[in-house]
Amino acid sequence: MSPAMKNTSLFALVALMIVVTGFVQSWNTAILILNMGLISAIMALGVNLQWGFAGLFNVGVMGFVALGGLATVLVSMPPTPEAWSAGGLQVIAGLLCGVAVIVITAMVLKRMKKSHLRTLLVLTILIVGFFVYRAVFDGGVAAVEAVDPASTGYLGGLGLPILFAWPMGGVLAAGAAWIIGKTALGLRSDYLAIATLGIAEIILAVMKNEDWLARGVKNVSGLPRPVPYEIDLQKDAGFVEQAASLGLDPVTASGLYIKLSYSMLFAGVLILILVMAQLALNSPWGRMMRAIRDNEVAAEAMGKDVTRRHLQIFILGSAVCGIAGAMMTTLDGQLIPTSYQPLRFTFLVWVMVIVGGSGNNFGAVLGGFLIWFFWVQVEPIGLWLMQVITSPLAEGSALKEHLIESAAHMRLLTMGLLLLLVLRFSPRGLIPER
Amino acid sequence: MDFLNAIVALSNFVLIPAMAYGSQLALGALGVTLIYGILRFSNFAHGDTMAFGTMATILFTWWFQSMGLHLGPLPTALLALPFGILATMALVLFTDRMVYRFYRVQKAKPVILVIVSIGVMFIMNGFVRFIIGPGDQRFADGERFIISARNFKELTGLREGLAIKTTQGITVVTAVIVVIALFWFLNRTRTGKSMRAYSDNEDLALLSGINPDRVVMVTWLLVAALATIAGVLYGLDKSFKPFTYFQLLLPIFASAIVGGLGSPLGAIAGGFIIAFSEVFITYAWKKVLGYILPESLEPSSLVQLLSTDYKFAVSFVILLIVLLFRPTGLFRGKSV
Repeated sequence: MSPAMKNTSLFALVALMIVVTGFVQSWNTAILILNMGLISAIMALGVNLQWGFAGLFNVGVMGFVALGGLATVLVSMPPTPEAWSAGGLQVIAGLLCGVAVIVITAMVLKRMKKSHLRTLLVLTILIVGFFVYRAVFDGGVAAVEAVDPASTGYLGGLGLPILFAWPMGGVLAAGAAWIIGKTALGLRSDYLAIATLGIAEIILAVMKNEDWLARGVKNVSGLPRPVPYEIDLQKDAGFVEQAASLGLDPVTASGLYIKLSYSMLFAGVLILILVMAQLALNSPWGRMMRAIRDNEVAAEAMGKDVTRRHLQIFILGSAVCGIAGAMMTTLDGQLIPTSYQPLRFTFLVWVMVIVGGSGNNFGAVLGGFLIWFFWVQVEPIGLWLMQVITSPLAEGSALKEHLIESAAHMRLLTMGLLLLLVLRFSPRGLIPER
Repeated sequence: MDFLNAIVALSNFVLIPAMAYGSQLALGALGVTLIYGILRFSNFAHGDTMAFGTMATILFTWWFQSMGLHLGPLPTALLALPFGILATMALVLFTDRMVYRFYRVQKAKPVILVIVSIGVMFIMNGFVRFIIGPGDQRFADGERFIISARNFKELTGLREGLAIKTTQGITVVTAVIVVIALFWFLNRTRTGKSMRAYSDNEDLALLSGINPDRVVMVTWLLVAALATIAGVLYGLDKSFKPFTYFQLLLPIFASAIVGGLGSPLGAIAGGFIIAFSEVFITYAWKKVLGYILPESLEPSSLVQLLSTDYKFAVSFVILLIVLLFRPTGLFRGKSV
């Protein structure tokens, strides 16, 4: 069987699994898996850009995804004028103070020669600057958060259509990636891993605690949608008629219609990013990246600026993850900072890339769909398995109850096992790099 | 008098908790640093190894409690600790045989080993949650305080109380014993010396007839013991929750890197640096400053530099500063 045949049949297999889900469980579940599969595929493409092309080890995917989610709120929610007039400008001024302190520190470090005087000066600037920043910033935050805290209590967004949030999510993620890349790239590979692990936790901490930004753990719900609402469709006589002609009742039909419209949008973005990644991979730039990955010393000897190229691709990959994050929050319709879990958003994406085939864009996409399918389906399968295993045990025995209750944790075990098995026996993944 | 009160308040809320936390981090970082020095990769499964060891210890503790075994004023967990360590040793040797050895023989790149350790982390994490559940477990029993705040106030007549929890005392004492034993082992015994030789220069060590399999095995045994002790002490002091142990990974790595990866002394120093800065920066200083400063200058706000939710940010910023200015760490660990 030729590789092309094999790859096509792998994709067909995944499609078949989703269709079977539609028949066996429900079409709602099936399309939900498809939608999240599309988003997971984009995340996997982002990580594949970093790992597959350049060999950069990023375990902060969760942070970049969460930044994308933040972007949806900042772009699409209506602004809160009372909050802006109460303390919005003061908050901005406080943030500018903070930035100014960092810029001044950096300039002092750059311009002055290394001496005790410089150390002393930098410390003074940092300490005084910190208190100035807190003095300005805290007052503004308190004023903003006091504005009707039950429903707003934050600055709100720009009130733009939510589709603008997708590129914006990419920009935010790219900004965070720049900060990390500047410090950790060029050092040992593990350092980047630990630095990204850290930045992800911090982004989450900021999103949970800075209520003025996106309401923190109070969540932002009711994000605007890029597609119509079910209720409006059900009122639309033409739509109801069309649904009836397909033999569907209007409620089911409107739900499916909305989900399918999301699928179209997501598929569009996925194809766009996939085409760009594919072009990049086959361009001279892509060849240079792989050359750097395979032998940094040789590439450097050929005059390539390894650290700069690494920074470039690290930012690009993170931006792709940010776009996917914004899309996911759009699909959810709400931003819930507590729902971001590293095992789910960072390490699962890694499993997707490794299993799919690192270095191959189609592999990453396949991995995204496949692993997401298993992630959703392992739980019911595990539950069923547990029930079968424990069926000889007496009804109501403590062990049986415990085992059935714990079936939910089978996911992590399965994913870990899958990752180890693929790494050991087929380290190049399902669709290997060519 | 006010000055004494300030010192007591400072020790009660900052110095003693930071001391205990620092000891726990140091023990955790020692495990990370040993693996890094000998096996040459960053072990992301370390937090979950700690969680596994703690879980095993908790299970033994429950068993002992049900049999009526007690250590008097000390927590029963101390009695269960050796058994927890044995269980963890069995687990890490099993994972090494099943997983890591294959890549070691292949001489795989360190980053591959890191990814492999993430797979191990997944499995251990799922395993722990599977057995004991994702919830909070408290398993400290025995006397709660060495000295309680009220007793201290009665004893000294000061306005501020000083409470030392039994678990804090045990943490520091155990950490000191473990560190002394570890350094004695590394510096004085034949096996310890061969480990250091292997860490410094693998090829030379192999040439001089050091058995690599034995070095690796001893390393894993030490790491299992350190991880279990660190995890149990942390769990006794706070509480046991699988996810918290996963999150400990960041401060532990920060400690190991700040001290210099591969340097045991650095790991200890790093643990205390991270712990003290975390507590110093997230503590509300109002009380202490209220005693020291004259009345007119007394602060009206809490004087908290950062809210406690940002404690990870502290270890992270320290990590970034070290990476920027001294990537090998304070104690000159392995080169970049």
